[in-house]
This record gives sequence, structure tokens and C-alpha cells, in this order.
Amino acid sequence: MKKDYSEVINKIDSVASKIYDDFEKIEIPSLNLPTRTKANIKFDDKYNVWKYGAGTTERSAKSLDGAYMLLRTMYMVDFIKEMIKIKKSSTLREMYYISEGWDLAKFHSQQESNLLAEDLEVITSCMREDFKLRPEEDGARVIGNITIEEVTRNNTKKKIHCQDDVGDSGYSIPYNVEPEKITFKNIDADFVIAIETGGMFDRLAENNFDTSNRAILVHLKGQPARSTRRFIKRLCAEKNIPVLVFTDCDPWSYRIFASVSYGAIKTAHISEYLATPSSQYLGVTPSDIENYDLPTDILTKEDINALKSELTDPRFQDSFWKGEIKLQLKLGKKSEQQALAKYGLDYVTDTYLPEKLTEMGILKK
Amino acid sequence: MTKITAHELAKNQKEISVAEFFERNKHILGFGNQTRALITSVKEGVDNGLDACEEANILPDLYVEIKNHDDGECRVIIEDNGPGVIKKQIPHIFGRLLYGSRFHAIRQSRGQQGIGISAVVLYGQLTTGKHTKITSKAEEDRPAVVMELVIDTNKNRAEVINRDTLHWDKPTGTRIEVSIMADFKRGKKYVFDYLQSTSIVNPHAQIRYREPDGTEHIFERTSEVLPRKSIEIKPHPYGVELGTLVKIAKHTKARQLNSFLKTEFSSMGDRTTNAAIEKAGLEKTMKPKEMTREQFLALNKAFKKVKIMAPSMECLSPIGETLIKRSLKHETKEISPEFIITASRPPAVYSGQPFQIEAGLVYGGNLPKEEPVKILRFANRVPLLYQQGGCVTTQAITSIDWRRYGLSQPSGKGIPTGPAIFLTHVSSTLIPFTSESKEAIADVTEIENEIKLAFRECARKVQHHIHKKVKRAKTREKFDLITKILPEIAKKSAHMLNKPVPSLDPIITKIMDVVWIEDLIEYERIDRAIVQTTLSDEAHEEQKGGTITKSRIIVVNYKNNPQEFNLYAIIPEDAVVGTVTPKPIKIANNYIKWKLDSIPPANKLDVNFELAGLDKGDFDENDLYIENINPAFVIGADKWEGE
Repeated sequence: MKKDYSEVINKIDSVASKIYDDFEKIEIPSLNLPTRTKANIKFDDKYNVWKYGAGTTERSAKSLDGAYMLLRTMYMVDFIKEMIKIKKSSTLREMYYISEGWDLAKFHSQQESNLLAEDLEVITSCMREDFKLRPEEDGARVIGNITIEEVTRNNTKKKIHCQDDVGDSGYSIPYNVEPEKITFKNIDADFVIAIETGGMFDRLAENNFDTSNRAILVHLKGQPARSTRRFIKRLCAEKNIPVLVFTDCDPWSYRIFASVSYGAIKTAHISEYLATPSSQYLGVTPSDIENYDLPTDILTKEDINALKSELTDPRFQDSFWKGEIKLQLKLGKKSEQQALAKYGLDYVTDTYLPEKLTEMGILKK
Repeated sequence: MTKITAHELAKNQKEISVAEFFERNKHILGFGNQTRALITSVKEGVDNGLDACEEANILPDLYVEIKNHDDGECRVIIEDNGPGVIKKQIPHIFGRLLYGSRFHAIRQSRGQQGIGISAVVLYGQLTTGKHTKITSKAEEDRPAVVMELVIDTNKNRAEVINRDTLHWDKPTGTRIEVSIMADFKRGKKYVFDYLQSTSIVNPHAQIRYREPDGTEHIFERTSEVLPRKSIEIKPHPYGVELGTLVKIAKHTKARQLNSFLKTEFSSMGDRTTNAAIEKAGLEKTMKPKEMTREQFLALNKAFKKVKIMAPSMECLSPIGETLIKRSLKHETKEISPEFIITASRPPAVYSGQPFQIEAGLVYGGNLPKEEPVKILRFANRVPLLYQQGGCVTTQAITSIDWRRYGLSQPSGKGIPTGPAIFLTHVSSTLIPFTSESKEAIADVTEIENEIKLAFRECARKVQHHIHKKVKRAKTREKFDLITKILPEIAKKSAHMLNKPVPSLDPIITKIMDVVWIEDLIEYERIDRAIVQTTLSDEAHEEQKGGTITKSRIIVVNYKNNPQEFNLYAIIPEDAVVGTVTPKPIKIANNYIKWKLDSIPPANKLDVNFELAGLDKGDFDENDLYIENINPAFVIGADKWEGE
């Protein structure tokens, strides 16, 4: 499928025009973009996800930092325009290295160039893919009774069954999961379970949880990549299948859930593409620590600060999260998914998950 | 028990010679142990050599050598290029204690009592039993005299053991070789420190030093100019004790009290003389030689009740800020300090004795950050190495709260910690040492206060410097912004849209919204004579070639309306002002003032001045001030607060 880039070019040019016009009008050159912080995310009723609010940040040539940002922005849009013209794409990391040749505009870390790429998405309401930029990391792994049709690099369509056609590590989600790249064919499962750690994903695979409980296992690999989130979102929306998130029991894991379910703060401009509002948190919850008497670690200072910060995060304002976070602060403890092994290797698949899933109404007794 | 009569006792009562006295009390003179003995010997020899050269208007070239023997005996050799000593004076100068030319003179000099070098000779003969060898050449076309001598401690006279002559390459000079028992291993560091410190406060001297293992150190000369000669003055009435007053009266040629006061004392004019005589209840016409003790006492008391001008300061010879800075810079080259700051107080008086304080501060670079600051103390250009804790200098430094100035100092007292070296130089006609070994200056309130003031001034300059550095860094940022980044943004946006590059000037003015002042300093060696600028165009003074310090100040108006103001540039007092453009409206001894023409928006103005009489690097930073403009509008200069 060939993409039409003329709209993207228009949007990119409008960024350059804004700056150029400022010079012409004797205004200090500047760009405005939504403030990308926790304080500026609002719930969007239409999409049921969290998006940026009305707060804006000005990047102005009045300050040295602002001027550098504008110069980098100019270089980046020029670079993107060039890539579109010559029909190439680059990874974010490649772009970071290309910026080495941008003289004054070069980035000091990839973090900086990634953030600016996101800023550009926000300013132009285009997607990273429109800019011919792709992430470094591939998506995570999938095992389950589902057939995916993928357009390979040789432009041939290939059907992959995520149990029969894959090894123990499962199907690997590509960076592009848009319909022009992958489509979902046959699916015969009751729910998707998204798992934070590789160890737990492998435990469920080894114990054949996908077949015994008609589940699709998705590995999140920590904070999930955009393509993983987009994959889950499409799967849920197109196949109408419930999504459950299974993580460690600490503040950082709750943020993983939030980014899957509500949208991440950094990518709130495209939350409706990435977030799966109907997904539910399965565990491990602070209540589980008590109910299952799990082995624990003591919360560090950073953990406590992160939990307190979540109490003021608009995404965690419902009674479930408020109750659980407060409970955890009271316990002063955290735990891991794999702590369930305390009761044996099969405990998680034979006891814990069935109990939790039943409790949540996913499994019937 | 038999009664002993006074007559019998009298048989045992006899004069004790000074030499005998010092033989028993050598610690008083700084020969307390073998380490101290080594340093004191080197010090006395070097002081003597420097004094001799300066008195004869010769730039000192000193050679110091120490030979070390295994049994703890050291041979110390000190050679100078001074005027030499004539044959018949050699035994007196080197073989007699309390013999000298400077004891009675009221002016600044290193040695005074005439104990120093003969004490070394005495110590040498006491500990090693060896003679001291003196080589001296007083006339260029005559051979040098070589003399070996010992001191007869009973008579306080030299006993010449051997006499000879020698061909010596030097035009004139003196060399002393003395064997002493000394601890070189322990003293090694101190000898080096002493010579290095000496070099700092004597930039006109060159010292070559050879250690026993053959290592040679050269402390280079950094100034080709001899220090101003201190001129001998008459005693000041405030400092005169009763006994001295009586003694002067006994020897005066004046026949009347009023002329006696005017001729024998400094700062006594008609008005003060009459006032003192009146306060003392005496008559102008009284004959000084016939006055009674009570009358002298009344006169001495009356002095203190009359306001008498401070004594003339020509008796002092301070080093000068530029030279201290240059010396410190030279000696701390390897440390590459961040900055060197100096302060010089005006002369002051304690008990009728003039004195002056100079201070220096070296900061940053490779200096240790966690150790107490190093304190270098000097008195009349002589380093003080011992008894730091008991010295008024230390007392003054420790009583300042250095925490305010960026050094750490627990509870705001004591020697501060940080990457710094402090230097104090006390010049005086009479340094009030705590003891004869001349290692610490006594606690004199006037001196302590002056030292404090000098260091406060240094500390203020440090703060100013740091403040300026921060400001400059910020300024540099803005400058980068408008000169590099903004043009790039314009170019890139124009390039993307295929449009011409927009004009930048109006935007730059809008972003900057300041008057921008920048400066650069260059040095040029020239052979031509330079023209001195004074305000009365006629007075041109010819100066011989040397280094010209060229300072260029660039003033750019980035405000959107014309700006007109006064600019001041601080210059060193000892510099000679050369060509200045545009024409200044005032040249004071420490600044130049311009009334600048109105500068239109986005225009610039160059201001240039040249300085002569300085070495390369002496003036390495402009200090600029502005007047008649809101200081908030200006980057690169501060508000002029008046002189």
C-alpha cells in the first residue's frame, strides 16, 4: 500500500513557515506545543483515554536553550522532508547519529532527539511513522491461538499461527502494526493476558496456560513499546476480546498498566491510537501481598515517592487505585510476579490466575 | 659559714661579652635546632646579599649552595654580586656581633641589628670548630680578598686566621662559606620554600640554588627595576621613648628647644613645635642640653597630646601590586590558578613607626581544596617561616569570616580551608617582631587592622571576580545565540521554504535588548618610543620600548533607541597611558573616563587604549564601569560607584 505524504509535507512546512514568518514580522521566533507533563493531561470522554489538556509550552529564541531547540527542530523537519523525498526511513537512533553532522544543532543524547521527534508529532498531529522514523526496539512476543497475516519485507503476505508456526519465544511483533502491515485472521481465545516480565511469560508458556485457559499471552517487556500497545489496542478493538495486565507489585508496574490502559504521559497526543481503555489490572496487587502472603521487599525512597506521585496522577484517581496505593504505602512493601513461585512452579497457572480471573468474571466456575 | 664581702664578690664580677651571651642563648637567634640552624644561616646570608646589592643599586644575582656531609655537617655557601666589602671591614662585619650600619637608621631594611651573619659565623665555629671563609671583591680591577676568620667570643672581635688574594671573574661581590652542624634532610623543604618565597617578594632578584645532590633551582628575576630606595627619616615624636629623647638632646647641635624639635624629629613644623612646647609648659628658648628629666618627661607626654602629621612614607619601600601579582603568577605557573588578586593599603603608623600592608590572594587551579589555605608571611621582603600561629598576620586572617567569600571555615573562625594561597607583606621602619629570631610579628592593633582591611579588599575583589565570571558566561551564551544560532535558524527555515534569508538585525535587537560591551587585550613588543596621552595635549613624555598592552572595548547598542553614556576603564596605577581613542574626558591615575557619542540602534563603537610600563600579562582583564545609563540595560560593565 503506497502512502500519500503530501499532507505530511504541508504540515512540516508549516513549522518552517511559522519561524520564517516570525522573522518577517519582527517577532522573536517561537513555537507553541502542549505541555507534556502529568499536570496537563485530561480525560477525553470521546475516546475514553487521557490526552493533553490546554496547557502550552513556548519554545522561544529568546533563551539559548529555546533557540537550540528551534534550530534542531528546523534541522529535523528538513531531514524528514528529505527522507520523504528520497523514499527512505531511519530509526530514531540513526537520526540521532545523523544529527552528529548538524553542527550546532546536534543532540547530546538520543533521549533529546526522541523527545523532539515526539514534540514534532504533537505540533503537527502527525505520527512518527509519517515522518519515516521508526523505533529501535521491536515489539514484544505473542503466543496463543491466533493467526496473523504479515506483509513481509519482500512484499509477500505470510500467515503465521502464533502456536503452531512459532517456537517457544512466540511471534515477534514488528515495529509497524498498522493494517497495511499486519491483519488479524482466525482467533480462538477468551482473553489477552499482557505480562510484564519475560520470566513470567515463559512460565505461562511452559505451563501451556494459552491452551489450558484459551488465552493469548503478550509479553510487555517492561514499559511496552508503541507497537506492542498499538497491537493490543487493535486486537481488543477489532476482535472484541478482553485484555488483562499482569505485572509486578510496585509503582513502576502500575505505570506500565496506565500506559496500556489510559495512555502514557509522553504519548498522550496519540492515546486514542495506543491505549486500550477497557483493559483491566489483574495483579499483583498490594491486596494480593496480604491475601497470598507473598515474599516481599521493603519500599525504597524512590518507590515511596513514585507511589505518592501516583496519588496525584489524574489517571490513578479511581477508588481501586487509591485504595491499593494507600494500602501499599501502609504495608511499606512491594513484591514481584515471580514471588508466586513460593508455592511451587505451577501455582501461578493452577491457582493464582484461575482464582483472579474468576474473581474478575473472565473465567466462569 | 664565712661571710663573703662585697669586695670578694667584686672579684668575680666582670663584663659578659655579647658573643658569649649569644653562645649560650643561640635559640634566641634562630639556631634552636639543626633544622632551624640551616634555614637561619641561609636566610641571614641571602638577606645580607640582597641588602648589599640594593644599597649599591645593583640588580641582585645570588648563588646559594649547600654541601652535605654524612656526619651532619653542612657547608653553606652564599655568593652575591653586591659592592663587596673592603678588606679592613671584613673582620668587623663577619666577625663581630652587633656591628652594622643600619641599626640607627630609621628606614625599611631587611637586617637591622647587625647580629645576623656574624651569628652564623659564631654558630659554625661553635658546632664544627671550623673557620669561616669570606671572599670579597670591592673593586673591579683589583683581585678579591680571601679571609678565614673565627670570632673571639671574649672580646667580640674577629680573629683572622688566614689572608690571601684571588682572581675572581665577578666585577664585585661577596662570598661566604661556613660550615655548620645542620639537618639537611629535614631542612631541605624549608630552604627551598624560603628561597622561593624570597623570590616572590623580591622580583628584581635572581637566585640560583644548588642542592647537595647537584639539583639546581633557578628563581628567575621577573622585574628589571630595583625597588625604590627607602630614605632614612628622623624619628617621629609619637614613637620616641623618654631615654631616646634625652639621648638625642645630649648629642644635638641645636641650641634652642624649638629648633631642636624641628631638626631632630620628623613631621615637626612651627605650629606643632609651638603646640608641643606650650603643652609641656616649657619655653622655646630653653637649651636642650640643660633640660631636666622632668622637663623631658613633660615634653614626651606633650607630644602625644598634639596632633602631629604622620611621618613621611619615603622611608618605606613596598613591592607594589603589579609586581606582587607578576611574581605570584610566575611562581604559581604550575598550579595554573584561576585568578590572582592583590590589595595595597595606604601607609599607616603605629607608635610613630610608619608601616604599610600589601596582600595577595591566589585562588583555584591545582591547589588542594580540602586543606587549610597556605599563608605566606613577609616582613620587609623577608619570608617568615616559623611561628605562623603566633603572628599578627594569622590572627588577622583568622578573625575574618571567610565563609562569606566562598571558603570553608568551621564556625567562621580559624584558618579557612580551600584552594587558596594568602600573602601578606608588612613593610615598616621597625617590624615589631615577637622575638630576636624574627619569625612572627607582634600583636599590634594598628597592624592587625590594616591586614584585615587588606584581606577584606582582596575578598571583595574575589567576589567581584566570581560575579563577573558568572555574568560573562551568561553574556557569552546570549552572544552565541545571536551570532551563531539565530542566523542558522533563519537560514534553515528560508532554505526549506525556498525563500530569501530574512533580515536579522531587528530581531537581534529585540532578543538582546541591551547595550553589549565586550573587550579584548593584546600585547605587542615594540622598540619605538610610545607617546603618552595626558589631557593637556602638550605634555608628551618619551618612553623607551617594551611591551604595550592594547585594550580594545567594543560597545554594541542592541537597544531599539540610541544610547549615550559615560564609560570608565580601570587601569593599574603604575601603568603609563599611551594612545587612547576616542579622546577621553579624564585620565586619572587609576582610570580612564570617556563620554561616548550617541550610538544608534544596532551600531557599534570601538574604544581603544594602550598601556606601557607593564609586562605581558600584568594587565589581563578589563574592569569596566558605566554611568548615566540604567545598569540593567548593559552587559559587560557595572555601575560606576564613584572613586
